[in-house]
Amino acid sequence: MRIPCPYCGARDASEFAYLGDATLTRPDPAAPDAADAFHDYVYLRDNPAGAHSEWWYHSGGCRRWLKVTRDTTSHAIAGAELAGGAK
Amino acid sequence: MSRLPSSGLVDRTRPLNFSFDGKNYRGFAGDTLASALLANQVRLVGRSFKYHRPRGILTAGPEEPNALVELRSGARREPNTRATVAELYDGLDATSQNRWPSLALDALSLNGLVAPFLGAGFYYKTFMWPASFWEKLYEPVIRRAAGLGRAAEGEDPDHYEKANAFCDVLVIGAGPAGLMAALAAGRAGARVILADEDFLAGGRLNSDVARIGDEPGPAFAARTVAELASLPNVRIMTRTSVFGVYDGEYGAVERVSDHLATPAPFQPRQLLWKITAKRAILCAGATERPIVFGGNDRPGVMLAGAARSYANRYGVAVGKSVAFFANNDSAWTSAFDLKAAGVNVTTLIDIRREVAPVLAARAKALGIDARTDTQVTGTTGQPIGGGLTGLAIRTAGHGGRIAADTLAMSGGWSPSVHLTCHHGGKPVWRDDIAAFVPGGIPPGMTVAGAARGTYGLGDILAEGARQGGEAAGDLGFAASLPALPPTEETPAGITAFWHVQGSKGPAFVDQQNDVTAKDLGIAFKEGFRAVELMKRYTTLGMATDQGRTSNVNGLAIMAELTGASIMETGTTIFRPPYTPVSLGVLGGHHRGKDFRPTRLTPTHAWAAERGAVFIETGPWLRAQYFPKAGEADWLTTVNREVKAVRASVGLIDVSTFGKIDLQGPDVGAFLDRVYINTFSTLAVGKARYGVMLREDGIVMDDGTTARLGPEHYVMTTTTANAAKVYQHLEFCLQVLWPELDVTLASVSEQWAQIAIAGPRSREVLARVVDAGVDVSNEGLPFMGAVERTVMGGVKARLFRLSFSGELGYEIAVPARQGEALARALMAAGEEFGITPYGIEALGVMRIEKGHVSGNELSGQTSAGDLGFGKMASTKKDYIGRVLAARPGIADPERPCLIGFKPVDPSQRLRAGAHFLKLGAPADMAHDEGYMTSVAHSPHLGHWIGLGLLKNGPQRIGERVRAYDPVRGNDFEVEVCSPGFIDPNGERLRG
Repeated sequence: MRIPCPYCGARDASEFAYLGDATLTRPDPAAPDAADAFHDYVYLRDNPAGAHSEWWYHSGGCRRWLKVTRDTTSHAIAGAELAGGAK
Repeated sequence: MSRLPSSGLVDRTRPLNFSFDGKNYRGFAGDTLASALLANQVRLVGRSFKYHRPRGILTAGPEEPNALVELRSGARREPNTRATVAELYDGLDATSQNRWPSLALDALSLNGLVAPFLGAGFYYKTFMWPASFWEKLYEPVIRRAAGLGRAAEGEDPDHYEKANAFCDVLVIGAGPAGLMAALAAGRAGARVILADEDFLAGGRLNSDVARIGDEPGPAFAARTVAELASLPNVRIMTRTSVFGVYDGEYGAVERVSDHLATPAPFQPRQLLWKITAKRAILCAGATERPIVFGGNDRPGVMLAGAARSYANRYGVAVGKSVAFFANNDSAWTSAFDLKAAGVNVTTLIDIRREVAPVLAARAKALGIDARTDTQVTGTTGQPIGGGLTGLAIRTAGHGGRIAADTLAMSGGWSPSVHLTCHHGGKPVWRDDIAAFVPGGIPPGMTVAGAARGTYGLGDILAEGARQGGEAAGDLGFAASLPALPPTEETPAGITAFWHVQGSKGPAFVDQQNDVTAKDLGIAFKEGFRAVELMKRYTTLGMATDQGRTSNVNGLAIMAELTGASIMETGTTIFRPPYTPVSLGVLGGHHRGKDFRPTRLTPTHAWAAERGAVFIETGPWLRAQYFPKAGEADWLTTVNREVKAVRASVGLIDVSTFGKIDLQGPDVGAFLDRVYINTFSTLAVGKARYGVMLREDGIVMDDGTTARLGPEHYVMTTTTANAAKVYQHLEFCLQVLWPELDVTLASVSEQWAQIAIAGPRSREVLARVVDAGVDVSNEGLPFMGAVERTVMGGVKARLFRLSFSGELGYEIAVPARQGEALARALMAAGEEFGITPYGIEALGVMRIEKGHVSGNELSGQTSAGDLGFGKMASTKKDYIGRVLAARPGIADPERPCLIGFKPVDPSQRLRAGAHFLKLGAPADMAHDEGYMTSVAHSPHLGHWIGLGLLKNGPQRIGERVRAYDPVRGNDFEVEVCSPGFIDPNGERLRG
């Protein structure tokens, strides 16, 4: 499997570390329901069959976190973009 | 069985000597071991897996189930090597398998007599009871009797490599379809890799003598290969098996040196390729099927296409009188070829009532006795070795006999669909050719030729050329299709037929695993009818040949039994690898010490010079202790090192800690969010100990972080978590808080760091720093962190830190200066008896001081558990804060860090012992925690420990039971403060 890193080009998946769901947003720690929100943020995951947005870290390359769209049923990668606002 | 006078592609000017079971023979370059054995009239080559039945050579290719030998000897011995693909070389040395005392007279063929007990499901039935029989009888006797070759006992002396290749079009298989596909794509300018597992490209073109244009198949193949070889964008890889289809990549093994006695100097035996290809064209051909009838496993019974290969490619007559048995036209063509090559073909037996008139006429013209509507119902053989002598036949209900030493059979051809199934594709049954063809095909792949069920030679060439051109065209290359010369076409009719009803003797479906038609009947009767159940219950298709010659027959017979169609019955799933792959090539260089890289500290050479004993800690090799002559054991050494530090001064390389450089206006704010304590308030020139949590509230790592400038910090992490923490920080910066202006760099490799500890350490430091550098208590107070120079202008970072509890410093210099610094410190400390110490002594001193380390940062402990609760800031948010407050983690009953000492000071504590209240039963309900770290304290003269105990800090002075059933220990320990020495830290600040 090859991941199209915006900095490095298409690189082998073995250069990357996987983290998981990239649709999650760290909750507001000051919100009154922060405990529940953080529980969901840390523990609850969808397991979609099909397109999945997920974090991959190019540890063997540019050390950028990438938001990769991968089809979980075929491993086809639709694209990869840098984590928001990366410099 | 002997060499034909002239035919074949072997090089008769290059004779090769080889031995089989100790006897010497001669073959030619271009032979396989199987063709050379047949040329020498050796037909018995092995004994079968379960019943030890005599077996010969069934095939001429990778599908061989029977002719498995041990190739080579000693540490290079390789069991279960298929003689049909083992390329002959001078001095080849092979041994038959699974026989005792000899191949011809095998004592264990008695297994055949107990065959009724070894049938389908015998594992599940026989080995049920009594339990004691398992160790006494089944394991030693049956396991030994049923088996294949012996693995080499020595370490493999050869090397294996891994490599990557990239291409536009990967063509798998260099038969007629593959050659044309490669030619079309190659001429268009696409980068092409043409891979074939054979050592000679051409596939069936080398075994069939059909003419293409005005030349025979082998000449056409050779000419095409020569043109491909002349194209700079085409790479031809023979002896290369593509074994798996992955995600845009293909796994392949190139057998670089398997055709040599030993690899040439610096050459690997095999090479594992990862081939990244934009398109792949599968041209894997087809595999011929046997027919299932009684006695179909005798030496002398083989596949018709194999007999044809031996005649045409190897110039070998497979027998003196050869009969054919078939349900299809291809076997007739094979028979004609053998006859034309000079082999005595006597009879053609076909189950069909009628065959194409052109075939019948040709048989008649060649003097072959053609018998239609006829089946082979049994075989007779020699008393020793079992070689075929005759056939029992049945024509329209009437029996008869035929003398023959060889029977060439064909039940039709099965396209090699395996690689199309590696992404879950399911083959589809085609009644017209009685075969499965590819169903769902992996993305980027197409299938051409016989692998797709296309059997006419002209169609195969056209299909290959078209797909090669299309693949290149899709990728933007302008393709013009190669001219397609006229081809000699032969009939390809078939009537589906699987097994002879009412035949005599065991009728084998899977010869490698000794599975018979009767076993399938048993599986049917006992309810194991779904193909995946049938496979596992009977072991059909589960041998190393993966059922190449048996799967379709097996499921067709099951379909007959259940009354379902073959399509409804379906196939079992084909998974990678397509062909057996040695573990050696999968491992490549990664074995023994090279399993992973070894990281050496900057002072490694210096430590080795001083006789250090090294230990692996993660990827690092670190000095464990530095024994001196006369020291009885490691504990003596470690006690000396600890005492020397506490009494005077010692030094240790701590370069393995992770070091992360952080710069930017927002570093302070950033660190406040990743550590539980506050770093934005840290003064320039000072360091602070910090603890960071995971978002779930559990401790991730600890270490000191120093502020070198207003916008410049340097963090240290534990050795084990260096990479993990760096990745975490990048995640926080890039994903969580991209608005923070902070830049990270890992500087672990760039800085050597050496700790000196002990009451004399300041005096030692003073002697290595440059003139004017103030290391006094005022100039460099406790937790000070400054950038200075040492050893005459070498830039250095000086930290006043202590892990041992003594006055201590860490000195960081550029990595290349690390060894010089160690030597300079040794020279500077000579007067004080400076002592190098290893990580054992470091561990003892941190336990004496009550510092946590990896054993306590176990991924299960919270900051509160480790006594850091009060460090956590309540004025800010940080990673892990919210969930650290949840009831399970904030529970005051949780086991907390505390110290332990044995009530009887002679007792040795052990990490892992569990704590119980005195008198409480030893069960999980009464478990109160466990010992995490222990050490012998030379300072106190007895063993001490750290551990996690329920309400630990409130129980100082209480005695608890340390229960360690694994090592058989159970004694009382006293709960005490974890600070065993200098609890008020006076030494640190002195």
